[in-house]
Amino acid sequence: MDYKDIIASYADKPGGMIEAYHAVQRELSYLPVEAVTEAARVFNLPASAAYGVATFYSMFSVASRGKNVIRICESAPCHVAGAAEVVAALERELGVKMGESTANGQFALEYTECVGQCQATPVITINGKVHLDVSPAKVPAILAEYK
Amino acid sequence: MVNLTIDGIKVSVPEGSTILQAAKEVGIKIPTLCHHPDQAVKANCRVCVCEVEGNRLLAAACAQPVMEGMVVKTRTPKVIEARKTILELILSHHPQDCLNCIRNGNCELQDLANEYFIRDNPFTLKVRGLKKDYSTPSLFRDPDKCVLCRRCIEACTVVQSVNALGLENRGVLSMVVPTMGGDLMDSACVMCGQCIHACPVGAIGEVEEIDKLLAAIADPDKVVVTQIAPAVRVAIGEEVGMKTGDMPMDVFVAGLRQVGFDYVLHTNFTADLTILEEGNELLQRLKEGGTLPMFTSCSPGWINFCETFYPDLLDNLSTCKSPQQMFGPLVKTYWADKMGIDPAKIYSVSIMPCTAKKFEAARPEMNASGYRDVDLVLTTREIGRLFRMSGLDFDKLAGTNFDSWMGAYTGAAVIFGASGGVMEAALRTVYEVVTGKTLEDVNFEVTRGITGIKEAEVDLDGTLVKVAIANGLSNARKLMDQVRAGESPYHFIEIMACPGGCIGGGGQPITKANAKRVERIDSIYVEDEKCAIRKSHENPEVKTLYDEFLHEPLGHKSHELLHTHYQAKNKKYL
Repeated sequence: MDYKDIIASYADKPGGMIEAYHAVQRELSYLPVEAVTEAARVFNLPASAAYGVATFYSMFSVASRGKNVIRICESAPCHVAGAAEVVAALERELGVKMGESTANGQFALEYTECVGQCQATPVITINGKVHLDVSPAKVPAILAEYK
Repeated sequence: MVNLTIDGIKVSVPEGSTILQAAKEVGIKIPTLCHHPDQAVKANCRVCVCEVEGNRLLAAACAQPVMEGMVVKTRTPKVIEARKTILELILSHHPQDCLNCIRNGNCELQDLANEYFIRDNPFTLKVRGLKKDYSTPSLFRDPDKCVLCRRCIEACTVVQSVNALGLENRGVLSMVVPTMGGDLMDSACVMCGQCIHACPVGAIGEVEEIDKLLAAIADPDKVVVTQIAPAVRVAIGEEVGMKTGDMPMDVFVAGLRQVGFDYVLHTNFTADLTILEEGNELLQRLKEGGTLPMFTSCSPGWINFCETFYPDLLDNLSTCKSPQQMFGPLVKTYWADKMGIDPAKIYSVSIMPCTAKKFEAARPEMNASGYRDVDLVLTTREIGRLFRMSGLDFDKLAGTNFDSWMGAYTGAAVIFGASGGVMEAALRTVYEVVTGKTLEDVNFEVTRGITGIKEAEVDLDGTLVKVAIANGLSNARKLMDQVRAGESPYHFIEIMACPGGCIGGGGQPITKANAKRVERIDSIYVEDEKCAIRKSHENPEVKTLYDEFLHEPLGHKSHELLHTHYQAKNKKYL
């Protein structure tokens, strides 16, 4: 679906901008400038305010990124449980560094704060789905689900 | 009323007051940084923290409402330690660059660091290294210096409704940015410079061009001519230690000659001329069914705003150039001829209360004289710096007069500097032109003051003319929406981009509160009262200009030199 149609479908919802942004990201994985401008128009806000919302929340990205967004918790419990090794495994497996996307546009690697699953650390999320007790050995199998 | 005690002093203030307001009542100064007297409470810097008895945590005085029986302490060791730490943390992100900063000596953060004798900051200096923005000819931004108080954002959004500035990201990563994190030039910025007044530090300022002036003065082949805008005199004294309005005009002129200007002329002359052209344009539109309401076109910030947000209403704009841009072509044609000076040698400098004027002078079409009409625009603040550098003692300087042919002016030109002034000046002239009668009382009080929108109805011998005046662009927006909806009852609308008019322009001495704007407005009308001639059409030099050169208002020569058309800006983001 075109970003314009996606945003239009939230036009009548109070505070619909954030939901519209999520919906655009489900389609495009990020918020292109045109989508932010369009959201400003639809929700009758200055473009600067729409841009402020798009950059305030870490879930949103205004920079182009891979389709499947992998987020690795960098908070203390995951850190202690060996998040760094998971990071290394992901970077090795995908051939990119944290904050980058794969050349084929399949994956983006990002850090996140705690996602509230500290009973089973280290934790990663892919497109919002939580993967618990992740180890470097499990990484290839997890990624295979999204390839 | 609520009763409380601050530092042992009893005070009674209306319900809803803050500790900061209550403390002010009894003469206790609580330090602030993000607080602005004319803006909403922000409470993000925490410099104003105080102890409230019974509370574990310190309270931000700017945001904490008073409560009955509250006991506040504003200078305990705990408070002082907290404030020092807060300042040290802010300074740990702030370039230690005061000596090179445009706000050196006029910076709220510098003052606080001094008051709290910050010496050995225990925190490691960590400047973000963000890109400076020199994309506009008027304003620069130096985001590294930003203390994230957000006062500029409120000036740009609430006061001006331009919304060029906003916040990007969150927490330690947050920064004030032009729309989409791009350059100011690509945003909707109209270059009014109200953000400069709002900024407590040197994160935003005018593009300084004093060096160009000094080079021109040093060049023996250049004849350096200047014009002074109506709003400058009332404020220039503030830059050299005088009270608002105290700099006598003739002393100001003498000062300009001392720093090296060859000829000193006055934008007031072309302000009077503007009234003749614009007044006649209005009458023509009324008579011939032209586009109404007609909008004034003196304020370049407003012109930028209209081109950006209301391109469909550009036909409503008067075709008259601003007084600065009428002066430009005339000084290199009419005046050069009268003085026997080669116009190619003239370096035309205007002294303006305005940052948008720098942009206006640089518009490509502003070359009606065959040369760049205005070569350089300096703000009141830049001239203030030049004066301070010159070491002149203005108390001892003997005054001198303006030079001839474009230096005479009337009270009607003086009031151009305040919101409502152009309207009042126009009414003084239009009334006499239409009715053929003498206007006994030239004072149109209803047009005066800092109120956002003013309206009046004037009886021109049976013809009722409805006028409106807006200062500050959020007020302009209200009138424009009305016009766009086809519901505007007015014939003539004056718009000044800056609150209070040009006296509050982006190039004026740093204006920390609207109270200062009101003081300057008062000063403008005192000057008007003192003028022997107070109607533009009675200006003797303007009469000579018409007799010898222009021949008639809206005539062929006028159209060639004094009128223009503006175009839609088609900005990418609004």
